[in-house]
Amino acid sequence: MTSVAPGAPPAVSADQGWAPGSGRVGLRQLLSRMLTLCWVELRKLRHDRTELYTRAIQPALWLLIFGETFTRIHAIQTPNGIPYLAYLAPGILAQSALFVAIFYGIQIIWERDAGVLAKLMVTPTPRSALITGKAFAAGLRSLVQGVVIVVLAAILGVAMTGNPLKLLAAACVVVLGSAFFSCLSMSIAGVALSRDRLMGIGQAITMPLFFSSNALYPTRLMPGWLQAISKVNPLSYEVDALRGLLIGVPTNLGLDVSVLVAAAVAGVVVASALLPRLAK
Amino acid sequence: MSLEPGAAVTGQPAGGAGVTAQPTVTGQPPPAGTGLAVAEPAVSCAGVTYRFGDHVAVNLVDLTIQPGETFGLLGPNGAGKTTTIRMLVTLLKPMAGRISVFGANTATQPMRVRRMIGYVPQLLSADGSLTGRENVELFARLFDVPRGGRAQRVEEALAAMGLTEPAGRLVKTYSGGMVRRLELAQALVNAPRLLVLDEPTVGLDPIARSDVWEHITRLRERAGMTVLMTTHHMEEADLYCDRVSLMHSGRVQATDSPANLKALLGPVASLDDVFRHFTGGTLDGDTAKGGIRDVRRARRTARRLG
Repeated sequence: MTSVAPGAPPAVSADQGWAPGSGRVGLRQLLSRMLTLCWVELRKLRHDRTELYTRAIQPALWLLIFGETFTRIHAIQTPNGIPYLAYLAPGILAQSALFVAIFYGIQIIWERDAGVLAKLMVTPTPRSALITGKAFAAGLRSLVQGVVIVVLAAILGVAMTGNPLKLLAAACVVVLGSAFFSCLSMSIAGVALSRDRLMGIGQAITMPLFFSSNALYPTRLMPGWLQAISKVNPLSYEVDALRGLLIGVPTNLGLDVSVLVAAAVAGVVVASALLPRLAK
Repeated sequence: MSLEPGAAVTGQPAGGAGVTAQPTVTGQPPPAGTGLAVAEPAVSCAGVTYRFGDHVAVNLVDLTIQPGETFGLLGPNGAGKTTTIRMLVTLLKPMAGRISVFGANTATQPMRVRRMIGYVPQLLSADGSLTGRENVELFARLFDVPRGGRAQRVEEALAAMGLTEPAGRLVKTYSGGMVRRLELAQALVNAPRLLVLDEPTVGLDPIARSDVWEHITRLRERAGMTVLMTTHHMEEADLYCDRVSLMHSGRVQATDSPANLKALLGPVASLDDVFRHFTGGTLDGDTAKGGIRDVRRARRTARRLG
């Protein structure tokens, strides 16, 4: 049978923005999607800052109660004899970013349930660009949260660096760490497929990730088995890098950043592979 | 071969087993456009199949939609309409068969396909924590609308849907009908050649439904784009579709213009009668056979609409 156009092919401007062969993820496209999804996060934060304030309560309690108390009792030996509160502040900064990022998968499940994800996946955005964009949007949200922690720590008398380059580098470390943990969360979302399950898994892994890192105490004080876990925990590398940059503790910044970059890339790959499961 | 607008058009045969009618169709000419050239089909499905485990959701579906048509995919819950749509918009890959949109294969050229379509899913999916304008701008950015003309394109899309005035308000303050129109504005911002609407009026009250259809019709008349939609509302299909396919249990049972399908059953037959004739039941008759997810979705949407 011959198919015939019953009318004119529409002379619409459909080809505007057309990019033949644009199926591959180009760097420009990746950057464009990252910027777009970060823009969305900023707009949301601008419209509703409630989460920013409520999420500041827990880290404030860690610094005010746990930090002040352990500083007084001198229970934990810190490198170079720095005050415990100063040692703790970068750890709480990383913890705060972890808490923001680790539940980011809930947002993607909400988007799936509301039909938003389907619409995003029908735009000319490769899965990996969508995940990378969301990961860096989570990083941006964590960063905004991090600024609150840094200000709070400064009010409590923690002497942090004023070097803008080091502050910028610390911001990059927070974003990288959050990108990894949000990818971990989105990967779990791709397996769990429901908010309730993701909440359960998120809660089950958050505290172990936190306590098995060097956020609260130096790794050398841990038992051997916990030291081994700490060495494969990306949060330890994030905390280590933040301590080096913000309070000048000697660290291996190159190793820390390399581990965080590798973890973020691996996270993007796994989460992108699992994303189509959410589309079914 | 070419035809004058409004002349007889060869209809698509109903696909798969259980086909009870293979009418030669007189398709109503779409209102837009006047050209006579033979065009590449807007949508072409050949032997398309999709399974969820042992359940065959879409079974050897064949469809052709011509440029400029408004085409309806009708069927009860669980008939396979939404799965067919999800394959067409590249969310799912067909397990067998081939789908192409203006010649681009959905499985192997998904990016090309996505640039040609505007998609409005069944659920109300605009982001309530952003303003109407931001919702549309998000999609303009994701469709790579150049920065220079982006703001203008966003405003045009909002204006086309009558949303200029409330565009600065958060979407969570919008009514259900306004959210639907906003979603249409989002789908239009990349000037798509094919607009895909999955149950565009589900959960809306009659006034909001007619309002949404008024906007879709005006848009189609102006831009001449192809529209593919699924619906439960037979009267909407009858009023707005040039041709419809009736789906049941994953198969296309019949494809023709609403007028021709009704004529098969007699002079006073309605499209509801045609539907019952081809599906052997009522609209909700197949709910237990895999449509629970659809029902949940519809209820969730209705809840969001208040």
